[in-house]
Amino acid sequence: MAAVTLLSTEGLSRYFGGLRAVDDVSFTLNQGEVRAIIGPNGAGKTTFVSLICGRVMPTSGKIAFEGREISGLPAHKRVGLGIAYTFQITSIFGNLTVYDNVALAVQNSMRRAGGSLFWLDEGALERRVADALGRVGLDDRHDAVASTLSYGHQRLLEVAMGLALSPKLLILDEPTQGLSDAEIAGFCDLTREIARDATVLLIEHNMDVVMDLAERITVMNNGTILSEGTPAEIRDDEAVQHAYLGT
Amino acid sequence: MSAAQTSAMPAHRSLFDRVVLLHLAVLAALFLAQFVVGDYQHLSLARVMVLATYAVGYNILFGYTGLLSLGHAMFFAAGLYGAGLAAAQLSFGATEAFVAGIAAGLVLAFAVGLVVLRTSGVSFMIVTMMFAQAGYLLSLYFGEYTRGDEGFVLQGDIRTAHLFGLSLDLTSPTVRYNIALALLGVCILVCLALVRSPVGRILVAIRENEERARMLGYDTYRNKLFALVVSGTMAAAAGAAYALLFAYVGATFASIQYSILPLLWVLLGGVGTVLGPIVGTLLMFYLVDFTSEYTSAYMLVVGVALLGLVVWFPKGLLGTLREKVIAWLP
Repeated sequence: MAAVTLLSTEGLSRYFGGLRAVDDVSFTLNQGEVRAIIGPNGAGKTTFVSLICGRVMPTSGKIAFEGREISGLPAHKRVGLGIAYTFQITSIFGNLTVYDNVALAVQNSMRRAGGSLFWLDEGALERRVADALGRVGLDDRHDAVASTLSYGHQRLLEVAMGLALSPKLLILDEPTQGLSDAEIAGFCDLTREIARDATVLLIEHNMDVVMDLAERITVMNNGTILSEGTPAEIRDDEAVQHAYLGT
Repeated sequence: MSAAQTSAMPAHRSLFDRVVLLHLAVLAALFLAQFVVGDYQHLSLARVMVLATYAVGYNILFGYTGLLSLGHAMFFAAGLYGAGLAAAQLSFGATEAFVAGIAAGLVLAFAVGLVVLRTSGVSFMIVTMMFAQAGYLLSLYFGEYTRGDEGFVLQGDIRTAHLFGLSLDLTSPTVRYNIALALLGVCILVCLALVRSPVGRILVAIRENEERARMLGYDTYRNKLFALVVSGTMAAAAGAAYALLFAYVGATFASIQYSILPLLWVLLGGVGTVLGPIVGTLLMFYLVDFTSEYTSAYMLVVGVALLGLVVWFPKGLLGTLREKVIAWLP
């Protein structure tokens, strides 16, 4: 099967004053792939994915999604194209119920499919919220206020919100940070399931998770791409070992 | 399970659930009140209902969308002058003048919104206040038409409204009361429908975390503009009704005091509750009314009462009630 490019960047840069957070990055991601981005703290991983989802605007360079130039599009329109981002620092609506948190994402994807924001089919909304919560295993927490969930459950809610947007590309920014081993195992199963119908771009520090999930790995350091390859190739790459694994 | 702090919407609901019934019951109670209260209370309640409409509009922007405007008097005054001047200068009939007032508020809210929504937080408060002050000064500057602080009185034909072939005598207390109630009723039901709709959920999301709402794919600027236009239009409807029902139009209503009052009413009754603005306006009005009968230092008593509320009901009467007792209140 010929690989179809879903996302590509060309000479993408973002400077914060004198700091080159992302520096001339050219990157391609194929449809259906699970890609991990790894690299030491401050390598520019979060800035890089923030450029892709539109939270941060580039200093220079281009981003194309499904062959369409999106560098100038505001974040909310990129979500409309199918790019969903889940925050590194859990960023749910703490005062709202779990149901409302996910409903916010679902009603956006329903609107994109031609629905109105004044009158939605409440039954369909409920079914899709239940479906998204079911996939992450939060079925029984619909009416709980989000801030009362445990940290691990809040991370799962964050993922459910991303899923409920029915994205083509789901960007997960350090999803397993702060999770227990059992929760991490559950998360890996979930990601594999998500990857059946979406492309996943994953920033992750936990090397076991990366080696387990990723088909390809991109290593970033000092705002640039240091190396790219399959998990086996990356494991054997000397430059990577030197910069990242600390040997 | 702890009670929802904000408008947590129940997952299951029908068109006529307990929430809708509660709001209809409150409106029915206000309808019945006119048969039991005396002449003075009758007039006061009509006035309170018009002002409560203003507060309901204010609450959509402040309570649900989380935008604190210190300049809503400009929208109230747009309705007041829009209706008053159309009647006095252009000889509009009462119904047409009412529509003109609402249209003035709608256009103003849209135009002002395009500018002020580029700011947020404290700058938003300051910029809205500046626009409102500009509006107030304009009403003084064009004193030839507005008669400034002194204001003008509507009289003659304008005191009769013609609607669907009916002639309504606006000097009649009963007519005034029921028009005020109808206006409040419409605005309450619009507000209720709005906050229970998907759009209402987006507005609350913007209040809670605007960045997150944007990353869920919502154009937060457009949604805030929508909230401001609805809010400003309701304020203008209240202003237009005030001019036509009570026949007086003056610059006081454009002053900073009338920007602060709806904030106070909403805070008292419960921020982000549909009925809170009514409760707050009623309470504040009667607090001033009763205490001023006994002492000239009534503002002192009012101040102490407000302090007490802040201490024991930090989220306003209905807001605190929702938190502690009835979590399903929208």
